Amino acid sequence: MREAWLPLAVLLALGLAPLAGFGGAYETTLMARAMILGMAAVALSFLVGGAGLVSLGHAASIGVGAYAVAILDAHGVTEAALVLPAAVGAATLFALATGAIAVRTTGVHFIMITLAFGQMAFFTASSLAAYGGDDGYTLFSRTEAFGTRLLEDRLAFHYICLGALALSWALSAMLLASRFGRVLRAVRENPQRVEAVGLAPYPFRLVAYGIAGGIGGLAGFLLANATEFVSPATLSWQRSGELLFMVILGGVGRLWGAILGALVFVMLETWLAEQMQHWKLVFGPMLVLAVLFLRGGLAGLVTPRHG
Amino acid sequence: MTTQLLLVQALNGLQLGILLFLVAAGLTLVFGVMDFINLAHGVQYMLGAYLGAAFAAATGSFWLGLLLALPAALTVGLVLELLVFRHLYARDHLSQVLATFGVILFLNEAVKVVWGAAPLQVAIPPQLEGGIEIMPGLQYPLYRVAVLVAGVATALGLWWLVERTRAGMLVRAGATNAPMVSALGVDITRLFTLVFAFGAMLAGFAGVLAGPIFSVEPGMGDNVLILAFVVIVIGGIGSIRGAFVAALLVGLVDTLGKSLMPDLMRLFLDASAARQAGAALASMLVYVAMAAILAFRPAGLFPVRAG
Repeated sequence: MREAWLPLAVLLALGLAPLAGFGGAYETTLMARAMILGMAAVALSFLVGGAGLVSLGHAASIGVGAYAVAILDAHGVTEAALVLPAAVGAATLFALATGAIAVRTTGVHFIMITLAFGQMAFFTASSLAAYGGDDGYTLFSRTEAFGTRLLEDRLAFHYICLGALALSWALSAMLLASRFGRVLRAVRENPQRVEAVGLAPYPFRLVAYGIAGGIGGLAGFLLANATEFVSPATLSWQRSGELLFMVILGGVGRLWGAILGALVFVMLETWLAEQMQHWKLVFGPMLVLAVLFLRGGLAGLVTPRHG
Repeated sequence: MTTQLLLVQALNGLQLGILLFLVAAGLTLVFGVMDFINLAHGVQYMLGAYLGAAFAAATGSFWLGLLLALPAALTVGLVLELLVFRHLYARDHLSQVLATFGVILFLNEAVKVVWGAAPLQVAIPPQLEGGIEIMPGLQYPLYRVAVLVAGVATALGLWWLVERTRAGMLVRAGATNAPMVSALGVDITRLFTLVFAFGAMLAGFAGVLAGPIFSVEPGMGDNVLILAFVVIVIGGIGSIRGAFVAALLVGLVDTLGKSLMPDLMRLFLDASAARQAGAALASMLVYVAMAAILAFRPAGLFPVRAG
C-alpha cells in the first residue's frame, strides 16, 4: 500500500476534473467511459494478476449486467434499487455458472474456455429478438434512483462512476491483501503445494471468478446507463481483448495499474480517432510495442518494482 | 426440409470445414510446436483473400492471382514472424494474445486503407462456372466442388508431409517435446519459422479459395480465427489429424445448425424470432462443444502431448 499515492492521485484528479473546467458533456462522457471500463479492468486485473486466471471472456460479464438493465427497462422496471442488484446478481451468477466449469482448467485452456463462454453469451445476446437482437436496444431512459432522475445529472453520474471505480478497486485490493487473496496468489504460484497444505484451490478460484463477474456486472449497469444503449458488441471477444490490454498496459500485478491502463487506453483511442480516420494503423503497432518493451506496464514506469 | 436441401447443406458444411482445416492446420502446428497463441492467424486468411482478389483483378485471371497470392502470403507470414512473433515465443500467453491482437487491428485497418471498407467481389474462374448434377434434378456449383477437392488434396499432401518426411517428423517431435528436439541438435527456431510461414500460406490459400464464395472484406478473418481455435481445441492442440476431423465436424455442425435450427425454433417461436434465435443457437453449438471438450477432455479428441 506504499504505492497507493498514485492511484489516489488519479482518483482525486478524476474527482476534481469536472470542477476544473472538464465538466462539459464531451469530457464527462469520455471520463465516464474510462472509469467504467477501468472498473471492469480492475476486476480482470484481480483475476489475472491475483489468481493467474487470464480470461478472454470478461466482456461477457459487462454484457450480462448491461442486458439486465435493458431487459428490465423493456418491462418498465427502471428503479435502481431493483435494477442494480439484478445486474450485479445476474453477472455474478453467470460468472459462477460458467466459472464452475472454467476454473477447473488452467493456462491456455482457461483462455479458450472463457472465450467459448464469452462467444456463447455474445450469440445469446444477438438472438434476443425482443431486445433488439443484432441491432441492440435503446433504453427508454436512464435508471431512476429511488424515483429521482439522479443518473440523468451529468455531475452526479460522474461521481457515481468515480465512487463505483474507487469501490471496485478498494474491494479488489482488500481481497487480495486478505487471507483469501494470499491463498489465491499461492494457488497461482503452485497449486500442488496449496493442496499439500490442506486447502482446495477450486473454491478460491471460483469465488474470485464470481467476484470479478459481479464487478463486471456493476460496470455493465453503469455502461448501459452511460450510453443508454446496449448491443451485442458490448460482449464481443474484441472487447475482452481490449480489457486485457488495459490490464497489461497498466501493469499486471498492480491492481491500480488497470485504472491507469483504462484511462490511457480510452484517451488514446479517442484522441487518435480524432486525429485520423485510420487510427488503428497507429494503435495496433503501439499495442505490439507496449507488449514488447513495456514489460512492467505503465505502473512499472512510474514506480519500478523493487526486490 | 427435403433430402436434397439437406445434402446441399451437408456439402456446404464440408466445404466450410475444409476451409477451416486449411486455417487451423497452421494454427495447430504453431500452437503445438512453439506453445504460441497466434490470434493474427485469421488475418493471414483475410490477406490471402485480398491478395488473391487484387492479383486476379490485375492479371485478369483467377489462376494467376492464386499463383501470385501464395508466395505473397508466405512472404507476409515470414515478415510478421521476423518483426513481431519471434520476440514473443519466450513470453507468456497473455503477452502473445495481446501483441497478436495489435497485429489484427493494424492489418484489418491496413486492408481498409488499401482496398477500401466495401466488400470486394471475386469472379468464379470461367472454367469452374456452372454446376454439376450430384443427384437427379439437383445442381451443385462446380466451384464449390473444386474447393472441396482442392482442400482434400491439400489435406492429403499435408498428411504426407507431416507423417512421411523428415521435416514432418521434426515438426511432430517438436509438438510432442520441443526442448528435447532442440537438445538433440535441431535448430528449432528455424524449424518454427518454416512451420509458421507454411501455416500462413495455407491460411492464405484458404482465403483465396473463399474469395469467390464469401465476400472479401476487412475483419473477415476474425470469425474464421475463432472457429479455427475451436477446431484445434476440439481436435487436440498440435494434431493435424485432429484438426481435420474437428474442422469437418465444426463446419457441418455450424452449417447444418444454421439451416435446421430456425426451422426447429419455429415450433416454439414466431417466424422472425425463430430465425434470429435459431441462427444464434446454431452459432453457439460449436462453442458448447468446445467448452464440453475443454471441461471433460482437455487434451482434445486426438491428444498429442503425452502426460
